[in-house]
Amino acid sequence: MSAAPILSVKSVYKNFGGLQALQDLSLDVLPGQVCGLIGPNGAGKTTVFNLITGVYPCSQGSIQFGDVELTRLKPYQIVRRGVARTFQTIRLFQNLTTWEHVLVGQNVPARSSREGIFSAGGSQKKNLKEEAERILNLLGLWEVRSWKASNLPYGTQRKVEMARALATRPRLLLLDEPAAGLNIQETADLQKTLHKIREMGFTLLVIEHDMRVIMGVCDFIFVLNFGQKIAEGAPGQIRANEQVIEAYLGRET
Amino acid sequence: MFIQQLFNGLMLGSTYALIAIAFTLLMGILNMLNFAIGEVFMLGAILGLTFIKLGLPIYPAFLLAVLLAGVVNLVIERFSFRPLRHAPPLVPLLSTIGFSILLQNTAENLWGSERSQFPQWMEPVDFHVGPLLISSTQIIIFAVAVLLMVGLDLFIQRTRTGRGMRAVAESIETASILGVDSTRIIVITFFVTGVLAGASGILFGLSFSIVSPFMGIEPGIKGIAAMIVGGMGNLRGAIVGGIFIGITEVLSVAYFGAPAKDFAVYGALFLALIIRPQGILGMIQAEKERI
Amino acid sequence: MSSYYSDLFSAMGINILLALSVYCPLATGQLSIGNAGFMAIGAYVSAMLTVHLHLPLFPALIIGGTFAGVIGLLVGFPALRIKGIFLAMVTLAFGEIVRNFFMNFLTSLTGGAYGFRGIGNVPVSLLWIWGAVAFFLVFFFFLAPSRLGLCMIATHDDDTVGELMGINVVYLKVGSFGLGAFIAGVAGGLYAHYYLYIEPEFFNVWQSIHMVLYLIMGGMLTFWGAALGAGIFTFLPEMLRFLHDWRGAFFGIIIIGLMIARPAGLLTREILRVDFWFPGQKGAKF
Repeated sequence: MSAAPILSVKSVYKNFGGLQALQDLSLDVLPGQVCGLIGPNGAGKTTVFNLITGVYPCSQGSIQFGDVELTRLKPYQIVRRGVARTFQTIRLFQNLTTWEHVLVGQNVPARSSREGIFSAGGSQKKNLKEEAERILNLLGLWEVRSWKASNLPYGTQRKVEMARALATRPRLLLLDEPAAGLNIQETADLQKTLHKIREMGFTLLVIEHDMRVIMGVCDFIFVLNFGQKIAEGAPGQIRANEQVIEAYLGRET
Repeated sequence: MFIQQLFNGLMLGSTYALIAIAFTLLMGILNMLNFAIGEVFMLGAILGLTFIKLGLPIYPAFLLAVLLAGVVNLVIERFSFRPLRHAPPLVPLLSTIGFSILLQNTAENLWGSERSQFPQWMEPVDFHVGPLLISSTQIIIFAVAVLLMVGLDLFIQRTRTGRGMRAVAESIETASILGVDSTRIIVITFFVTGVLAGASGILFGLSFSIVSPFMGIEPGIKGIAAMIVGGMGNLRGAIVGGIFIGITEVLSVAYFGAPAKDFAVYGALFLALIIRPQGILGMIQAEKERI
Repeated sequence: MSSYYSDLFSAMGINILLALSVYCPLATGQLSIGNAGFMAIGAYVSAMLTVHLHLPLFPALIIGGTFAGVIGLLVGFPALRIKGIFLAMVTLAFGEIVRNFFMNFLTSLTGGAYGFRGIGNVPVSLLWIWGAVAFFLVFFFFLAPSRLGLCMIATHDDDTVGELMGINVVYLKVGSFGLGAFIAGVAGGLYAHYYLYIEPEFFNVWQSIHMVLYLIMGGMLTFWGAALGAGIFTFLPEMLRFLHDWRGAFFGIIIIGLMIARPAGLLTREILRVDFWFPGQKGAKF
């Protein structure tokens, strides 16, 4: 692993009107790492994701991805640079099937070799098709590829969100509570998938409340409370950190 | 001369304000646009005229007409809103467009497409107040409009039902949890807005000596314009918007001739939506995306 | 072909184009009830070109359509921030402004409120109209299932998330709005040169609303639905002759009923999928 961080959040502040959502937040994610972002509800975790992906502008500070400054870019430009995400509440495209979600996600890699509008002809098209199949198989979605998103069970919908994000060929994947609402079996499934994704070389930043998932897969953890970073470190360190325990009684189920 | 036009605009604006209130009340509570309000407006006038022709004295005729207008709006609620509560907002809008077509065509068939007018019901007396020329008809119409607006305002501020309406406007779910019967509130809102629209139709018909199945089309759109320009979701905004549109219309005709009238009004609507969608008294915030 | 059928089929062709002109922006989530305005622009511009400048038909149609399309882009841009009902209101206001414009301006060239007569230099035949219909149907046939077409639907479903999946939502929305305006403009040009007479009053709100009704009936998110709806509405009045003057009321009731029973229209994306009818894999579910 190289020493230069792939994502560098530097002294970021975010105000919403009178509400100070984030204060002087800094964190670095190294390439290939799986980092956790934890903290009580309202700590500002999703706001961090929203700032990274350009949904809101930063009130102060900077966010660097590789050598690109993200704070001036629009959301679609940020995605095209290689940052993809999933959402806390599932937001799929109601009128599209699973397979079509992946196709839509692939609009990002499809344009990088500057192929024609109606989806690349020739071998790039074949490559994308095979890649789409691989993503669906990885997540166990092949059987439901023709199902309309709104008809899928909850756990499967979460997987489709992930498939859609993976389809954009991200270098950094932001997962917002991927385990929310999943049962024990599905959560174990998720952990396996995260391990697989990590082996494929993706860098992950994961917001989660489920400590099994966090402790099981993360190399490094950032802890937020009231919009500020109160701790960071390896899982073992975080588990023993008194401030963290005090601020946030992690559910070790 | 200018003052006179301003005054005329104020008179016209008060009728637009009533329609705007009918739109904005529903918009504020249910986030829904009842495109057929223009037709309810028309029905108020047409029914009023019909009852007078059938021999009823003026006040009972008008009262009955506006009550029926309220009932028509209840029918609209039953078919365009209740079954479509969870549909995307464009669906109820399109449904009310259907009602608009239905009501216009029905009125055309039942009453004929000719224009008629209310019989002269009183000797118009013209007053001179300083430089202004005011007719008694204008005064009465304005007074009635103001009374209706004040009455509605008091109703919303002081009564329990009114409080219920404000609660539902904030959030239907929360209101239900707090024990507000939101269905009842919604039904009442539809009835009240129907009555207002019908009353406005009668006042408009009296002001401009016109009653026809098509009289509601333009005022309907202008009512929407007034609602948006003045700021949606609140009564004061509707009133301000209505007066603004009325004055704009009168002034543009006075200074630029008849063709300018529609330009001014639709232009104002267009610009308002693009530049400042929340209107003059901007209350409704742009929907904040929750990600 | 008798003149009666000729008129009927030409009306159907033009209605299909108009329905497609509403389908295009709607596919990205923008409901326009002002396309009669774009139709008017196309009609008047192309008519002025053929009558006063003696241009041949094809360039006149294209230029008329392009005028409409460019104005569509200009309107589409500021309209980006406005959603749903408000966008519909903006388009309504726009349509009315255009109608008023042709009523009061350029009247020496167009006859103003009295109408533009004698657009007879280069009359349009059924072939022209259906040629245009075929062209645009083929166009959407390739666009709809393509990645770009899917991105349009994604934008329709959730444009915020669409942008977060790398879609340039601005281009798609403004572009589809402009394209819809272009198609309406071409339809307007064809209309003017078939019926040889146009007047501003024709291009009113109800004309715009009719186009939307074709989609409501036929299917809001599919271009075949646009075609089907236009076809149905063209022939329906003929078939409903017995209703005489009550046809309007009947339509109104149909709309109300449709919104309750099947708001997506007849031809939804699912129905048009082969595996809706022949489920290949295990339980293809729609």
